[in-house]
Parts: sequence; structure tokens; C-alpha cells
Amino acid sequence: MNANPYLPDMATVVEVIEETPNIKSFRLVLNDEEKMRSFSFKPGQVGQLSVFGAGESTFVINSSPTRMEYLQFSVMRVGEVTTRLHQLKAGDQVGVRAPLGKPFPVEDMQGKNILFIGGGIGMAPLRTLFTYMLDTRDDYQDITLLYGARSPVDLTYQAELPDWLAREDVKTVLCVDNEYPGWEHKVGLIPNILLEMNPSPEKTVAITCGPPIMIKFTLQALKKLNFADEQIITTLEKRMKCGVGICGRCNIGTQYVCLDGPVFTYAQLKELPSEL
Amino acid sequence: MERFITQDNLQRFAAGLAEKKNVLAPVASGGTTTFRRLRPGMQLDFSRMAVISPKDATFPRNETLLTVQHYPEESGKRMELQEHLPEGEMVVIGCRPCGTRGKLVFDPVYETQAIKDPYYIRRRDGATFITLACARPETTCFCHSVGSGPADEEGSDILLTAVEGGFVAKAVTEKGEQLLGDSLFEDAGAKAEEAAASNASARKLMGEAHDFSSAAEKLLKRFDDMDFWQTQSDKCISCGACTYMCPTCYCFNITDDEAGLVSRRLRTWDNCMSHTFTLEGSGHNPRSTKAHRLKNRMGHKFSYYPDLHGGQIACCGCGRCIKQCPAGVDIRQVVMAAQEYPDER
Repeated sequence: MNANPYLPDMATVVEVIEETPNIKSFRLVLNDEEKMRSFSFKPGQVGQLSVFGAGESTFVINSSPTRMEYLQFSVMRVGEVTTRLHQLKAGDQVGVRAPLGKPFPVEDMQGKNILFIGGGIGMAPLRTLFTYMLDTRDDYQDITLLYGARSPVDLTYQAELPDWLAREDVKTVLCVDNEYPGWEHKVGLIPNILLEMNPSPEKTVAITCGPPIMIKFTLQALKKLNFADEQIITTLEKRMKCGVGICGRCNIGTQYVCLDGPVFTYAQLKELPSEL
Repeated sequence: MERFITQDNLQRFAAGLAEKKNVLAPVASGGTTTFRRLRPGMQLDFSRMAVISPKDATFPRNETLLTVQHYPEESGKRMELQEHLPEGEMVVIGCRPCGTRGKLVFDPVYETQAIKDPYYIRRRDGATFITLACARPETTCFCHSVGSGPADEEGSDILLTAVEGGFVAKAVTEKGEQLLGDSLFEDAGAKAEEAAASNASARKLMGEAHDFSSAAEKLLKRFDDMDFWQTQSDKCISCGACTYMCPTCYCFNITDDEAGLVSRRLRTWDNCMSHTFTLEGSGHNPRSTKAHRLKNRMGHKFSYYPDLHGGQIACCGCGRCIKQCPAGVDIRQVVMAAQEYPDER
């Protein structure tokens, strides 16, 4: 971060990956070599991407701090800024303000079983932590990933899925909402597949992210599986502008998602006013 | 230090300052009183409180944060970023204590250990406030209910009190004391006592203060009572007059503006009573109705902010939101209703 918190660093798009019909991943390198070398962040922190002339929006850094060749952001095309982001090609310039927000409590997760539950674009913030844990695999016990999307083409990170499925040191379960020709994995809604998998809450941390409706039912399923509120971690989405706790729109009561979050335990969320 | 200045000399003093610095002062304009950049020939209008406080002095309604020059023909489609940090000094004359004090609400948010907003900090540090104590409260005034009063010096460099033939000027800061060294100021003599008596009488005229002491707690208790918020916000038309007129509202938007090969990143006052304030890209909106939005506005000023910042209420009691609301929403009544509302329902 610069002394002027609104001043972005210029970065170059080095690669664009078309993940799904409406999601692209952008790999960026800061133009200032020294800044890129010393750039430091933790899984779960976010950044603001600028397309100058269109504006700025918040996305999680979904690459892992263990792999610093580039910073990756996945962007779903929904509005003005994201539409302009989707027009970017390798070599184009963007602005980056990062890292912002608080990361996942990785140190607290060491020595535990890890259960990832991601839905749709909600896989992006999980990808950074998942990749980080694969690179520091010995620090954790069993790692399970349940990742679902509406249909097979809506699954992001297709290029990595075969590796995730093939690895013996993680259990990866994929699901889609309905049957599709050629689909060999689970069919059903994420909370139902989760109940079917019946993971033990014993020494386990569950990390979930996805659309609000999926989160709501996933939390219910986790409670049914006897996960305690402290064992459930999620990362929130809010409209943000400044990203540094000033502009006043991402608050839930006294807490600013950009500053105090976006990562919260379910126990912490329960303490806050109900305004998700 | 207290000095006296005649009405004519204050006008001269202001005009003199305006030759060297930017001076914001209330002037009569179109049947109303409003803060304007003081230019030669303009007369100070101290007859009533200005429609909008001089919030612009420290937090302009729109400002350029940075500009970007695009060079699309060059390799790598080079862009050049330029910060636009404000420079220069500003003197505000004739602001009321509520408006002066209102800016203090910004400080713990815009300048923390970790984050320093250079645009705000530079403007604040370059601003001088010559405040005019209020002699008579309006029906919408309630500064005394939020820890202030009609002769509050907090945030001012000089406090003026109207007396027979002119004003008693009291230096509050060193910056103020230096200004009072100007030869247009005279010995205050017995005028100082007249000023003190006037200020005491103004405070008396305000009557009893509202007790907002349980607001922080009760607003949180009311959080899920959407019937209550529905009732309170029924009249609201989501126009945002309350937020735009407010000296303490500090929320903003950041947008980009494009013209040819130059784009600007702008910061503008924003309005939490608007539906789009929290509208997310997915279409989801955590504050989807005006009931949700009024709840956040009240919560922010009377509960969340005080919780985070040592009990200080983020409202200066100027009453502009009451006076300017086209639908008659009264912030005092909403807070009192939230406090008085039965706990068990």
C-alpha cells in the first residue's frame, strides 16, 4: 500500500484465462519490479483493480503467496468495471491497490482437518487458501474440497481440476445442480452433497464461500453436522469503494468488511447485526 | 485572548484575508444564506445559519483524487498516474459552532494509525475556522443534546460573539491568536462580559437537552424490529437531502470520468439513503429498503460511531436534516422513539 491509500500501483496483465462464459482470471505483475519482489500478502486478502476511466472494484487475490510469479484475480462480468476488465488482454495496464483486509487465520488452522466448501465464483477466495495449503501440505491433516456450480461450464479453474482430483493428499468432490451429459461427478445442491459426505467436525475447520443463498443452507448443514460456530469460517462480499474503512458502505454495525473482514468466523458473524 | 472588532472592520478583515487566501463566508444569495468563496464586494451575511455548512472547506462535494494520462500508441499502452493533493490555505468565517465542530467527526476515521487520508488531512491542516456563536436557537437546533452548545469553541480557531456595535473575538488556538494581532481588532474591555452574558443567555434559550444516552444500545436492540423502522421511514422519500446537508456525513463515492486520453478518479459526497449505496454487482442489496437505510443512518451516527470512537455521537445537532427534509423526518424523534420503544414486544 502507498502512503496515499487511494493511489494504485500500475500493473501489467500477463495472462488472461477464460474460466467460464462470464468469469475470467487475470494474472498481473506490478510494473515496479522492486514492489513486485517485496509484495507480501496472506490468503484471503483482497485488492482493488482499476480500469482507468471505468473505475475500481474489489476482488480477492486468489493466487497463493507461495507462488509469487504473478497476482491472480478472478472476475465475473456483472457491471461496468467488470465488463471493461473482461476486455483486457495480455500487455494491458491496470491499477492495483493491495493487499487490503484481513486474511484467513492460517496459523490457527495448522494441525487440523480442513474442509473447503465453495460455490460458483465463491471458489476464488478458497483457491488462494487451498493452493497455499497444498504448498504447505504437511502443516495440515486431511484436506477436503467440495466445489459446486450450476452446471459443468460454470466451474472455474478447469485447468487445475484434474490435478486436484488426481492428488492423493486431498479429497476433491465436484458437484453441479442437475444432470449433464458426460458429467461423472456428483449431482445436487452443495448443502445436500455436504450432508451426504457427512464430514466429522472433530478437529476440523470448515471454510465456505459462495452466493448468499448457498452460504445460508451450507451453514445450516454444517450445524446439522455438529460444527461449532467457531469452526466455520466464511469470507464476505460487500460493495466497497475506498477499501480502507472510510467511505462507509461495507459496514455491518461497527465492523467494516474491507478492514475488519472480509474473513469472519460464523461465531463473529452471529455477534454482528443481521445485515448480510 | 479576547478582542473586539466592529461590524465594518470585520467585513474589512475578511476582505483583507480574501486577498491572500481562500475565504469561505456566508453571503445572501437567492433569498437564502450560503457559503461562498468571498470575492471583492461581497457582504458577510450573519443573519441566519447557512443552508449548508462549510463542509466543503475540509471535504469538498467533489474532488479529483488522481488523473491518468493514456498513451495508447506507445508500447504497453503506457499510462501516467498523477496524484492531485490539495494545496493552499482556507479560512472559514461565520460558520456556526455546530458546523465547525461537525468536521471533528472526520478525524478518527480519516486519520488512524494505519490509514491516513492525505486529501482530508491537508485540507484540515490548512483550514482556519472563525466561528460565530449563535445568539438565538432555531426550533430545529439541538447541539446541546449532542454534547455541544451555541458558543462551543471546539474545532474553532476564533470564536466570535455578536455584541453591541460588533463582535468579541476570542482566540481558541495559536493560529487564532495570531490573526487577532491584526490592527482592526481593538481592546475588548467590558465587551467581553457582554459576550459572556450573551452566550449564557443563548444556552438558556435552548431549553432542556434530549437525553440520547441510551441510543447506542437501544438502536442495536431495535435492529431486527423492521416494523419499527418501517414506521419511522414511512415518510422518507430517499432523496438524500439529510445526508447532503449534514456537516458530519463523511461517506463518499469514488468514480472515474473519461475525456479523450485523460481520465480522472473523483471522490464525491455520497448518500446512504440511496438504494444504490450498497447495491452489489450480483443484484443483492443488504440495505434493500428505505427502512434498512434509515436504520443504518441512525445506527451509524448514534450507535456504531460512538461505540468505535469513545462515545462521541456522529451528529452535531445543527438540525439541517430536519429543516431541509421535504417529508418531515426528524432525527431527534427517530432516536427518541428508538429509546422509548418498549423492550419486549
